Amino acid sequence: MNDASKATELYGVMAEFDSPELLLEASEKAYELGYRKMDAYTPYPIEALPEAVGFKKPILPRIVLIGAIIGGCLGFFMQYYASVISYPLNIGGRPLNSWPSFIPVTFETTILLAAFAAVFGMFALNGLPQPYHPVFNVPRFALASRDRFFLCIESEDKLFDLTKTKKFLSDFKPKDVYEVEP
Amino acid sequence: MQNIEVIKPLLNKMQQRALLVGALGVFATAVGAFISPEQFFKSYLFGYIFWTGLTLGSLAILSLHHMVGGGWGFVIQRVLESGTRTLPLMALLFLPILFGMKELYLWARPEVVSTDAILLHKSAYLNIPFFAFRAFFMFAVWAVFVFFMNKWSGAQDKTADDSLSEKLRSIGGPALLVCFITITFASIDWVMSLDPHWFSTIFGVMLIIGQGVSTLAFAIIVVSRLAEHKPLAGVIQKKHFHDHGNLLLAFLALWAYMGLSQFLIIWSGNLPEEIPWYLHRLQGGWGTLAILTVFFHFIVPFFLLLMRGNKRSAKVLSKIAMAIILVRFLDLFWIIMPNFYPHGFHIHWLDFAAPIGIGGVWVAVFVWQLKGRALLPVNDPRLIEVFAHE
Repeated sequence: MNDASKATELYGVMAEFDSPELLLEASEKAYELGYRKMDAYTPYPIEALPEAVGFKKPILPRIVLIGAIIGGCLGFFMQYYASVISYPLNIGGRPLNSWPSFIPVTFETTILLAAFAAVFGMFALNGLPQPYHPVFNVPRFALASRDRFFLCIESEDKLFDLTKTKKFLSDFKPKDVYEVEP
Repeated sequence: MQNIEVIKPLLNKMQQRALLVGALGVFATAVGAFISPEQFFKSYLFGYIFWTGLTLGSLAILSLHHMVGGGWGFVIQRVLESGTRTLPLMALLFLPILFGMKELYLWARPEVVSTDAILLHKSAYLNIPFFAFRAFFMFAVWAVFVFFMNKWSGAQDKTADDSLSEKLRSIGGPALLVCFITITFASIDWVMSLDPHWFSTIFGVMLIIGQGVSTLAFAIIVVSRLAEHKPLAGVIQKKHFHDHGNLLLAFLALWAYMGLSQFLIIWSGNLPEEIPWYLHRLQGGWGTLAILTVFFHFIVPFFLLLMRGNKRSAKVLSKIAMAIILVRFLDLFWIIMPNFYPHGFHIHWLDFAAPIGIGGVWVAVFVWQLKGRALLPVNDPRLIEVFAHE
């Protein structure tokens, strides 16, 4: 089998690093070179890493904002409908649209739908639930939840070339570079 | 990082300017005090409450920082410490209020108290000697915390003794607790008792959170100016401003939460002993001021500070912070002034002169204190992680 056909069969190439600094450097250089389809895996969040692998403008905040606005409007108009339109009652001479007393519930529904938008939006954007992922075909990848840092450049990337990408990754002093079975 | 000499000329200039503005303001206020003493005390109280809020807010946020020790706090630690060292000035400036008590507070006039059953009942607490004693006592308590926090932090600059960080950490929690209790009493005495019939249990916390907003905004303005020049240029990073922006957003939301809680409870209860406070403040010009405050103290800055870009740019963030300082004045004006003019909006030129006069002197003392030490707590062992790679 020649390298070209093998490359299309692979999921990608993965490098294992000892430290977050090396991973960050490799990711930044890879992005600079033009690699786009890649992902980094770390045991804990590392600041600036998302930007380094290309998450320049996360869209989740906007989804959460939309959820919050919908939640706030729904919460307010639910109460408005109940006490002004559906079942108007004179309570202590207060106006039917007693907006100050609607605020706490409006606030709660705002938070509720914002939280839903955050959780389910995150699931949707990450493609979860995902029972199978090729990166686990590398046995040492289990260490990504312990003390190792991984960068995987996927074969779908336009610049992907098995030998060149492997060579590129080994320039950053990785512990090892693996081929990831699909 | 240690060399403060590079920035001394800039700080000197700031101090001179502040002193000039302060001198002009104090002169104008003094003239006003002769022309219309009754208006002088009202305007003076308004200005005093704002600037003393910065001093006490600095103490409270400094305590919070020593307790939790985040990167955001180390960057503004020296700004906050300098803010707390204006305490002697504010204690001195409290004297005019003592002289003006009969002008300011209904409960300090025996002829009013003798005909009012409720005030007669409250006179065990609201009387002139006890009021003065409480003020003296609170200043003494604050002075103890200010003294030790500044002493230990300053000593660490010289000796690089790691155990001082531990001392500062352990004083932070108690200091914050004591601040909350004492500033609550200060708010009740100095501001809430302007309307001696009225009471609100959340009032003190509302003012404390307001002081937190002012202090954070002020610290952001100062640090963003310092970050433009050596030695701090390039040292203070975007992530620090991001944290300050987030904190400011949290404090603004908390302020809105307190304000709404008080309003909601009093509005729902609609009781004759509570509701007049809002009736006076929601009619005519005062009502317009209330709406402006809701918009510019909460809604507009809330959305501005939601946006990430605004928090990561020192320039934009400091502009937002300046606007917030202005609305803090608006909020305090709305809280204090309707007590004296319940039937309609009233403003006097002394309402500008007094805050500017006190403010100029305050800022001059602040800058004078700021340039006396390194701009960062350079020998704190926790400082290294603050400037780790972003």
